[in-house]
Amino acid sequence: MKYLADIVTLKFYAEKCTGCGRCVEVCPHNVFEIEGKKAYITDRDLCMECGACANNCEFGAITVNSGVGCASAVIKSLLYGGNPACGCTESDEKDSIPGNC
Amino acid sequence: MKEIKTILSEKQTGDSREKGDSCCGPSPCCEPAVTAKHKPAWVIGTVTTPAGNVFKVATGWTRADHWGEIKSRIGASRMKYMVPPALYAVGAPDKGSDIFVSANYKLSFDKLRSSLKAINAWILVLDTKSINVWCASGKGTFGTEELVMRINKTRLGNIVDHKRIIVPQFGAVGVNAEAVRRQTGFRVYFGPVYAKDIPKYVKAGYKKDKAMSTARFTIWDRIVLTPMEINPAIKKYYPWYALIILIIFGTQPSGILFNDALAGGFPFLILGLISILAGAFLTPVLLPFVPFRSFAVKGWIVGMLSIYISVRFFNLIDQTDVILLIITYLFFPLAASYIALQFTGSTTYTGISGVRKELKISLPIYIAAAALSVILAIIFKLVQWGLI
Repeated sequence: MKYLADIVTLKFYAEKCTGCGRCVEVCPHNVFEIEGKKAYITDRDLCMECGACANNCEFGAITVNSGVGCASAVIKSLLYGGNPACGCTESDEKDSIPGNC
Repeated sequence: MKEIKTILSEKQTGDSREKGDSCCGPSPCCEPAVTAKHKPAWVIGTVTTPAGNVFKVATGWTRADHWGEIKSRIGASRMKYMVPPALYAVGAPDKGSDIFVSANYKLSFDKLRSSLKAINAWILVLDTKSINVWCASGKGTFGTEELVMRINKTRLGNIVDHKRIIVPQFGAVGVNAEAVRRQTGFRVYFGPVYAKDIPKYVKAGYKKDKAMSTARFTIWDRIVLTPMEINPAIKKYYPWYALIILIIFGTQPSGILFNDALAGGFPFLILGLISILAGAFLTPVLLPFVPFRSFAVKGWIVGMLSIYISVRFFNLIDQTDVILLIITYLFFPLAASYIALQFTGSTTYTGISGVRKELKISLPIYIAAAALSVILAIIFKLVQWGLI
């Protein structure tokens, strides 16, 4: 399953990449693969902007505007400004891929 | 306040936690919050370590654990479904045993321990305020700071003689492996996405294949999420909707008539429920089979079909009334669309940029359609009263 085309904010700077493979280890959608000593993006549209890769890339080779994709949180941020924060409260916390969220 | 309530309710159910203990209080967490008196069924003994006693947990689920999963899936007291943050033991772990990190949402912890059958291991439960791993790591509560603090507090370095700590892959959103290594010396291994793959992962020498590191979204995954879509829709939107419908149909020149409200409003109350069903249940379940990638469009299509079938084949409303027909086909498919859009918060593949784009386009349409529906409803009433 893929979400909207050409919309993700994922950016990869190949010149900074050392091919350590952390991004491959953390990406839940196999957006990165390693070839030779460099990572490359397989299919940007697979990215869900969770931010795990950028958070763990020690070389600053990846950036992404990550955030929780809850519609209700985005509505609040559109209306009142600020960053969307999924209030994981009783009514609108969205669980969960089995055992996760 | 919520915190206090949680502690109280846990005490009442005899489900663990000492007063002022663990995450929520000032006292250290390495003292297990489970006490001899209040021992949950999943605690089956103690293991002595150089850093003190650690409670040993079962790998099997009791009936209470299964019932707890069902309750948390439908949203009943899910925010109180927690495990005291601490170090726990599975089997007979020693200095060389693996350490698996989990959230203190009990369902996350339960999935992990049931995947560790016949494995000797340590489980380090972080304080994520009873939120699962992925949500908590998105919020940062399952993160570097909490992990480092918990490693130090439990004196993990004295309990094992290796430096390998296995964090669920979804934890990578909040945990920076390099920062953890710098601050504690422990090397973070991001394990498989699903706890059930852990035995395979360990056997393979802490290596994941593609399947182990990929988030899936099967039909069953989607079905178990739908109660938490239906619940809020029914609780948040439906009562207001029902009130408005009853007022519209009940209002007569002579006052508000209850019989008219019910007779005229009933089909619309049903259509409202059908919209919720279409947006919160049918769209998520049929997700890959509904055309287009946009959730708003998917929801509208499923909503339109559901409403069309209900109106045409079950004669829910007077089909000779053009105004009622327009309201029906304008309002309800868009209501289903709005509700379906909420499901983006629960999937394993939608990102925030896409959700933002969808909302920017669809929110004005929802608002305009709702306003237009109200205007049409007023016209409908005026026609009914013979004023137009």
